Amino acid sequence: MLDLHGYGPRLLEGAGVTLQLAVLSLTLALILGLLTASAKLSRHWLPRKVATLYTTVIRGVPDLVLMLLLFFGGQILLNIITDAIYDRFGLDWYINLNAFAAGVITIGFIFGAYMGETFRGAFMAVESGQIEAGKAYGMTPWLVFRRIQFPQMMRHALPGISNNWMVLLKTTALVSVIGLSDMVRIAAEASRATHEPFTFLIPVAIVYLLIASVSEWLFVWLQKRYNVGFGGR
Amino acid sequence: MELTWLTELLADNRIFTLQTLGYYWDGIVTTTQLVFLSLVIGLLMAIPLAIGRSSRHRWISLPIYLYTYVFRGTPLLIQLYIIYYGVVFFDGIQETFLWPILREAFYPALIAFTLNTAAYTTEIFRGAIKATPRGEIEAARAYGMSDALVMRRIILPSAFRRALPAYGNEVIFMLHASAIASVVTLMDITGAARFIYARYYAPFEAFLFAAAIYLCLTFTILYFFRYLEKRLLAHLKP
Repeated sequence: MLDLHGYGPRLLEGAGVTLQLAVLSLTLALILGLLTASAKLSRHWLPRKVATLYTTVIRGVPDLVLMLLLFFGGQILLNIITDAIYDRFGLDWYINLNAFAAGVITIGFIFGAYMGETFRGAFMAVESGQIEAGKAYGMTPWLVFRRIQFPQMMRHALPGISNNWMVLLKTTALVSVIGLSDMVRIAAEASRATHEPFTFLIPVAIVYLLIASVSEWLFVWLQKRYNVGFGGR
Repeated sequence: MELTWLTELLADNRIFTLQTLGYYWDGIVTTTQLVFLSLVIGLLMAIPLAIGRSSRHRWISLPIYLYTYVFRGTPLLIQLYIIYYGVVFFDGIQETFLWPILREAFYPALIAFTLNTAAYTTEIFRGAIKATPRGEIEAARAYGMSDALVMRRIILPSAFRRALPAYGNEVIFMLHASAIASVVTLMDITGAARFIYARYYAPFEAFLFAAAIYLCLTFTILYFFRYLEKRLLAHLKP
C-alpha cells in the first residue's frame, strides 16, 4: 500500500481546500462574468469601455502575477482604504486579507473575464425575437432575463463554462505559491521532507484528473438538460 | 554606455534603478528563451503525435490519448514539481553527462513546459486534421497518392492553417504559464518582480511593471498571429 509517511490526513485536508477554493471562485467568476457580459452589451459607452478594459488586461497578464499583486498589494491597499475611512469618519475597521480570500478573489476575478466573453457570445446567440415576444407578454426586464434569456443562453454558454472550469481547477494549484495549504503545497512540502516526490505528487495529480473527469461527466449531464427540445442532442 | 538619458529619467526614484531594470531585462530574456524553446520543441513533437493520435490503430492512438489526457488534466505546476524534484531519482543520472544540465532549474522547467505544450498542441492539430473535408482526401486517393503523400500534401498544409487561431491562443497561454518558472527559483519576469518586491517591499511597482511587460508581450504575439491569419487564411475571407 501507498506509504504517505503520515501526510495522508493533511493531503486530504488540502484536497478539501482545493475544492472549496475552486467552487467559491467559480461562483464569483460566474457572477462577475454575467455582470461583465451585461456591461459589454450595454447601450452606454462607459460600462462597455470598463468591461473591455477589464477583460483585455486580465487576459493579457499571467494568473500568478495577478495573484502575487493582490496577495502582497491587497493588504496594503485595504489598509490605505481603512485608514482613510478612519480619518474621515472615525470608524475603526481592520480587514485582514488572508491567503484563502486572496486566492478566491484573484481566481474569481481572472475567470470572471473569461466567463464574461463566454456569456457575451451566448447572450448574442439568443434570438432578439424571443426577447421581444417576452416584452409583448408584458414581462418585466428581470422576468425576461430569468425566464427567456437565461435558460436559452445557458445552452450556448455551457461548453464555454465547462472549458473555463477545467482551466480554473488547474489554476487553483497556483495558490500554493502564495502560502495557502492546498494539496499541491502539502505534496511539495512532503516531497522535500521525505525525498520521495513521486509518492506525493502523483496521487495529487490523480486527484486532479478525478475531479476533472467527474466534472466533465456532470457537464455532459447539464448539457443534455439544457438541450432538451433542441434536436435530441 | 550612452545611458545618461535613462539615468536622468530614473534620477528621483528609489525602485526603478538601472540595476533593477537590468533584472527585469534578464527576466525577459529568460522568459523568452523558455517559452520559445518549449514552443518550438513542443510543436515538433506535436506533429507526429497528432498524426498518430488520428490513426485508426488503437494501439497507436490510445497511448497518445493517455499522454495528452494526463498532461492536459493536471496542473502544470504539478508537472513541473514532478520533473524538478523527481529528476534526481533516476538511477545513475548524477554520473552521466546530462547531470550538469539537469541540475539547473532551467532544464527541468523547459522539459515540463515542452511536454505540456506538446500535449495541448497535439490535441489542437488532431482537431484540425479531423476537420479535413472528406472530399479532399478522396480526390487525393483517386489521384493514386499514398497515405503518406496524402498526409504531406493535402491534410497537413490545410490542417496547419485551420489550427492557427487555436495555436495562437496556446502560445499566449504558454507565455502566461511560464510565470510559474519563478516557483522553482528561475529568474524569469515574475522571478525578477518577486525579487524586487522582496528587496524594496513595493508590491505595486514590482508586480505592475511585470504585468505591463507581459501585456506588451501578449499583444505582440496577438498581432503577430492576427497578421499570420490574415495572410494564410485569406482564401477563407467572405
